[in-house]
Amino acid sequence: MNVTLSINGRDHALDIDPRTSLLDACRDHLGLTGSKKGCDHGQCGACTMLVNGRRINACLTLAVMHENDAITTVEGLGTAENLHPMQASFVEHDGYQCGYCTPGQVVSAVGMLGEIGDGWPSHVTKDIKTGTEISGDEIRERMSGNLCRCSAYPNIVDAISAAAGKTKEPA
Amino acid sequence: MRPFEYSRASSVGEARTLGGRFIAGGTNLLDLMKLEIETPEKIVDITRLPLNEIKETGDGGLKIGALVTNSVLAADERIRRDHEVLSRALLAGASGQLRNKASTGGNLLQRTRCGYFYETSQPCNKREPGSGCAAIGGFNRIHAILGASTNCIATHPSDMAVAMMALDAVVETEQADGHNREIPLRDFYRLPGDTPHIENELKDGELIVNIRLPKPKAGYHVYRKVRDRASYAFALVSVAAIVKMDGSEIAEASLAFGGLAHKPWRDPKLEAMLVGQTPKRKLFEDVADALLADAQGQGENDFKIPLARRTLISVLSEATQGA
Repeated sequence: MNVTLSINGRDHALDIDPRTSLLDACRDHLGLTGSKKGCDHGQCGACTMLVNGRRINACLTLAVMHENDAITTVEGLGTAENLHPMQASFVEHDGYQCGYCTPGQVVSAVGMLGEIGDGWPSHVTKDIKTGTEISGDEIRERMSGNLCRCSAYPNIVDAISAAAGKTKEPA
Repeated sequence: MRPFEYSRASSVGEARTLGGRFIAGGTNLLDLMKLEIETPEKIVDITRLPLNEIKETGDGGLKIGALVTNSVLAADERIRRDHEVLSRALLAGASGQLRNKASTGGNLLQRTRCGYFYETSQPCNKREPGSGCAAIGGFNRIHAILGASTNCIATHPSDMAVAMMALDAVVETEQADGHNREIPLRDFYRLPGDTPHIENELKDGELIVNIRLPKPKAGYHVYRKVRDRASYAFALVSVAAIVKMDGSEIAEASLAFGGLAHKPWRDPKLEAMLVGQTPKRKLFEDVADALLADAQGQGENDFKIPLARRTLISVLSEATQGA
């Protein structure tokens, strides 16, 4: 069936089987292979994309359900020549080993900081009536949907903390 | 995944006439479709329906559209302020990505995480009625200790529904014939009995349109979830509690439990035992014993009985001191 997807600011007209996940549409039909397929069941977070600014598991949604949505994949965050601050921070802090989960970690972290910016509480927020601040505990809790088989977690938390600090500085 | 016909509804009426399995967040349904545990022939996409707002009702309550995402619901200022137990339960469940997709209506309808329900080579009365229950006598660490039957010992996985049970939520639906009805959440779920594949009172083609919360319950709100990991894991035992004190006495209490049964568990006699009493350890022990009087372990999950007992005592202690 025909569907037009808006990915990284560009429209793509596709003729796909309705069973195609958003992840497979990007990887297999559009050559956007930055988003990774880990578990294909929403457990690992390697496929994380932003849809209308919010992070989701792209493996657990049908591409045909996303007509008119603004989709951002890791390719839309930065390029090899011009890294997104979150990508640069992962490089600086060595926030990976094999790198397979990294695109999902980076996109999820960008979405997660947006959620904190909007004042969304988390399970570890002490007083959810007043709001939340960025901390190691908050980052660990909020990033629990992104698994790293190499267990590079300490450096992932460092990378996100540093990137969060930078985004708070005045432009 | 089996092939299916996809259509997108632009109104509740159209969703009804299109006929087929409704899909909203899809985080549970698509997972089960990939494994061919769910094999719908028609899928009706309801994500474009105007059911994504949280509105105030005249009586001080809230009407939550069925498509409001779990994360938006958890972050809503009114929910955080007046129904904190619900925010807490939502935030204790799933991951950030899943909460951004999962809908309020869909969360109520999520299926069990029993390993045998997921393993299509094994018998499961819920997946294939009449085939048997491999969890009885099998790996049943996460299974039910209350309300189970000889046909099914699965548990309901939702955290959100446990809090909503404590809050006396009401499910508003539109039936296939266009009539609306309201189902109190306490009457919404079924115990497994002889028909574990029928999990709730929804009829064919009936669509959840809103979930209504009555006016806020004052008092101390707590959602305590005990699980194998600190984050992103289902409850072994969970307790939602709202306790209001009047001086040194318990004025009102509302309790609901997750991880124990085929449905979020509510037992009004526990609340009656607490009201009018002065909080003390012996009272909490008696209430916990009353909760678990008919509890039955299945072997690997025997630990849930003392775990539920201790968790409830601890929660009541916290709630009566905090209130």
